[in-house]
Amino acid sequence: MTTFPWLTTLGVVPLVGSVVVALLPRGRGLLAKQVALFFAVLTLGLTVAMALQFQGDSSEPFQFVESHPWIPTFGISYSVGVDGIGLVLVALATTLVPIVILAGWNDVDEDGGRGTVKGYFALILVLETLMIGVFAATDVFLFYVFFEAMLIPVYFMIGRYGGVQRSYAAVKFLLYSLLGGLFMLASLIGLYVVSAQLTGTGTFDFLTLTGLEIDPGTQKLLFLGFFFAFAVKAPLWPFHTWLPDAAAEAKPGTAVLLIGVLDKVGTFGMIRYCLPIFPAASEFYAPVVIGMALIGIFYGAFVALSQSDMKRLFAYSSMSHFGFIALGIFVFTSQGQSGSVVYMVAHGLSTAALFLTAGFLMARHGGSSAIADYAGVNKPAPVLAGFFMIAALSSLALPGLISFIGEFLVLLGAFERYLWVGALATVGIVITAAYVLRLYQRTMTGPVKPELEGMHDLRGREITALVPIAALTIVLGIFPAPLLNVINPAVDRVMTSVGATDPTPTVGLGTTVEGTDK
Amino acid sequence: MSALASAVAVVVADEGTPFDLPSINYSAIAPILIIFGAAIVSVLVEAFAPRRARRPMQLVIVIGSVIAALVVVISLAGTRLVTAEGAIAIDGPALVMQGTLLVVSLLGALLMAERGIDPLGDAFAPRASTLPGSEDEKQFTQRGYLQTEIWPFFLFALTGMLVFPAANDLLLMFVALEVMSLPLYLLAGMARRRRLLSQEASLKYFLLGAFSSAFFLYGTAMLYGFSGTVSLVGIADALSAKPSEGALVAIGMALLLVGLLFKVAAVPFHQWTPDAYQGAPTPVTGFMAATVKIAAFGALLRVLYVSLGGMRWDWEPMLWIIAVLTMLVGSIVAVTQTDIKRMLAYSSIAQAGFILVGVLAVSPEGLSSSMFYLIAYAFTTIGAFAVVSMVRDANGEATHLSKWAGLGKKSPLVASIFAVFMLALAGIPLTSGFIGKFGVFTAAVASGAVWLVIIAVVASLIAAFFYARVIVLMFFSDPGPDTASVVVPSTFTTIALAAGATVTIVLGIVPQPVLELVSNAGIFIR
Repeated sequence: MTTFPWLTTLGVVPLVGSVVVALLPRGRGLLAKQVALFFAVLTLGLTVAMALQFQGDSSEPFQFVESHPWIPTFGISYSVGVDGIGLVLVALATTLVPIVILAGWNDVDEDGGRGTVKGYFALILVLETLMIGVFAATDVFLFYVFFEAMLIPVYFMIGRYGGVQRSYAAVKFLLYSLLGGLFMLASLIGLYVVSAQLTGTGTFDFLTLTGLEIDPGTQKLLFLGFFFAFAVKAPLWPFHTWLPDAAAEAKPGTAVLLIGVLDKVGTFGMIRYCLPIFPAASEFYAPVVIGMALIGIFYGAFVALSQSDMKRLFAYSSMSHFGFIALGIFVFTSQGQSGSVVYMVAHGLSTAALFLTAGFLMARHGGSSAIADYAGVNKPAPVLAGFFMIAALSSLALPGLISFIGEFLVLLGAFERYLWVGALATVGIVITAAYVLRLYQRTMTGPVKPELEGMHDLRGREITALVPIAALTIVLGIFPAPLLNVINPAVDRVMTSVGATDPTPTVGLGTTVEGTDK
Repeated sequence: MSALASAVAVVVADEGTPFDLPSINYSAIAPILIIFGAAIVSVLVEAFAPRRARRPMQLVIVIGSVIAALVVVISLAGTRLVTAEGAIAIDGPALVMQGTLLVVSLLGALLMAERGIDPLGDAFAPRASTLPGSEDEKQFTQRGYLQTEIWPFFLFALTGMLVFPAANDLLLMFVALEVMSLPLYLLAGMARRRRLLSQEASLKYFLLGAFSSAFFLYGTAMLYGFSGTVSLVGIADALSAKPSEGALVAIGMALLLVGLLFKVAAVPFHQWTPDAYQGAPTPVTGFMAATVKIAAFGALLRVLYVSLGGMRWDWEPMLWIIAVLTMLVGSIVAVTQTDIKRMLAYSSIAQAGFILVGVLAVSPEGLSSSMFYLIAYAFTTIGAFAVVSMVRDANGEATHLSKWAGLGKKSPLVASIFAVFMLALAGIPLTSGFIGKFGVFTAAVASGAVWLVIIAVVASLIAAFFYARVIVLMFFSDPGPDTASVVVPSTFTTIALAAGATVTIVLGIVPQPVLELVSNAGIFIR
């Protein structure tokens, strides 16, 4: 392996970018955007360079490892490293950031807004640093620090740059997340104390913690703190009520980063931390979590069906999808968990496509996100409608798109373990198809609303932002092997540490996917 | 000093009297003596120096003596002894607290010395004896009189504070308590603006403080009745010798703790805090909010850990309840406040509750984490009050929260610094407050106080709400006609503010040196 500190570099580049952007003189909005985009693209380039060196068949649990003592008094170190799961999520974050910057080029203007242009883009870059950190941390304390610190830029991005109810939404978001975070802190402290009792010296090192034989009773308590934080973040039913408000008030770009990447930290936390560190507790609570996931799938889908606001619809639809992801993790099959990770990526891409396309649409009509304000958009703006179609199809997991791989694997995993759970979840897909297609039908087809007649179609910048998402959605949908090759070893390691085995002999994943139809 | 002592000793020895001269290690108590000596010089300056020369002279005396004392404290590092016939213990924790007190007091002195903020002069009434609103008052104001008596008060209060956490017997502790408190009562009543409020604050603070002193003294008497000594170690020995005789000890202990808990502003002994914090001149509020908390917790820790360790099972349940009440009442009532100073007062009550969680760990980790928390809290608090003193409108400080709306747009830098303080008090990672909370919670969990920590976590969330609310007000609202503006202060306040902000952030990112400092300080000497 190389000794180059890849992950630290990845984290530092956007941070430097944010400082540079913040130090630009006021009123130089265009320059701020260009600088921000430059740093975001640079980070993406570095991610690609790093990913090319990732060895899928490595026997090491983590790659690109760095470790330096930070607060030795509490056994805390600055340790980073990625496994396959971490890598794809870091890549998701660094891919979406430049797209969001490009798509949100004109979202903030210097005069009308409450915050400055440079402030918004500096916050996006700070957030990128923290997102990379949270997926790359291999010290649980470090993870917690990134987990909590992420709140601050998002809080300001919603609260300063959001819609009418922004302040309410920002505070609700902050309080929910803090509540979860503080319970996680309580568990974190408990975990530290337990590790001190078991090993003599307390530690937060992830690999050491997974090797501990924690008493099952203690595990059940500590698990709750972590899980609660992740369930709020993801969010699972019934901890979801902050999400629609935050999504509705946030700028489309903010919403993409919030739902597309940040919320994945919740599901990532479940698979990375809850399962390996608390295997007995995970097994104990699995029925409850699966129950919550199933309720979430249906609840989110039904509420989405009745929404009159696009952004809120996407938020509820995401909630339904998070149910699928959590389901895949907690059925303890390698298909289910691989599927969940693929689903995380897929959902990130489809959310980005939906929110950004909808954002472009709304920007053409006074920022209204009411579904009733739009009809027949495909006539004046066929390209926009086309991208919207791809986004919608990706959201309902059409075969051939990446989300299908994820959803299919999750369902396969669920069926293997509990037949009826898989059967129920499959019904959820039908409702998803219903609300997504209905949305498309109501906004894009039919007679054009008179006030939409002279609407511009997508411009070059907007198309440039959407093409990579659409391309990834399709390419990875047809050829998911690179993704799965990276994810599978990591998932196998999680399965081993939980002590779970697949109920039936594992079928070769590649063949399963290609050889099956929906 | 020591030359004089030996000379006296020679005289005494010659005459052969039965009176034994106390053996005092003067170098160990040199920091206290320096500040005490400076206080006396400062009184003389008030008496004899010409009016114009007083302020510069006082500033030189105050800043010089505090720095000199700080240097001596640092040079004493590693000292671990009991001196003055067992009355004073200079050990690691005492030195850490004294050092912190001196640094924080230095920042407090800088705030009090500020003259660039109020167009009429400084934060203090030109003549505290004039009737508010009277002709005399106007005359003194017009002539630009400045009160310089604040400096002797400041130094005497600091003397008391330095002795308080080092006092190894209850009588000296009581003396220190009074030396610390009396000047503070006076300082609280000397505000230049809103003088009636300030005088009311002073009176309330004094009356309730006098009550608590009486409690403390009664408690001392009871414990003396039980053990025949006022020495902390003596009481501990008596407790282990005859542990069954409960009544006197229990009453004495309870009364003593009431006196100390009053000073740390724990619920239900907190009633003075909001009024005193609101009415006192803001620099004084910042100074006392930060320092009294350190000194009082220092004394509380020493009493509990050294003297009453044997009674642990008796006081622990009581302190559990008080800690829970303090955290919850402080946080919940703070939510309803509309005045920034009162909000910070309730916040300081809630913070006292969090420190009590560390105290209740009753372990070396509990001691060191409480000290870290105190250090973090003190710097953040003094910085926060520095900002409060700078946010003004035509009538002086704009303490009503509605006037802070949109401040982030008007003065982004100052508002951002204040936001950092709020985040630190709320315990958000990468600030000193987070490491502080993490330390005390960890210590408490390690000693089995899991439920206390869970309640503390809930209280943290409630507290986070009102801290976040200030940030919302400053950054997410548009400035209106009522929005206050930030006055650019002179170097004094700027230094204090910068130091507060720097420590708050640095302790959040690289806390290791200070964590080592407090854990190497070890435990109290017996």
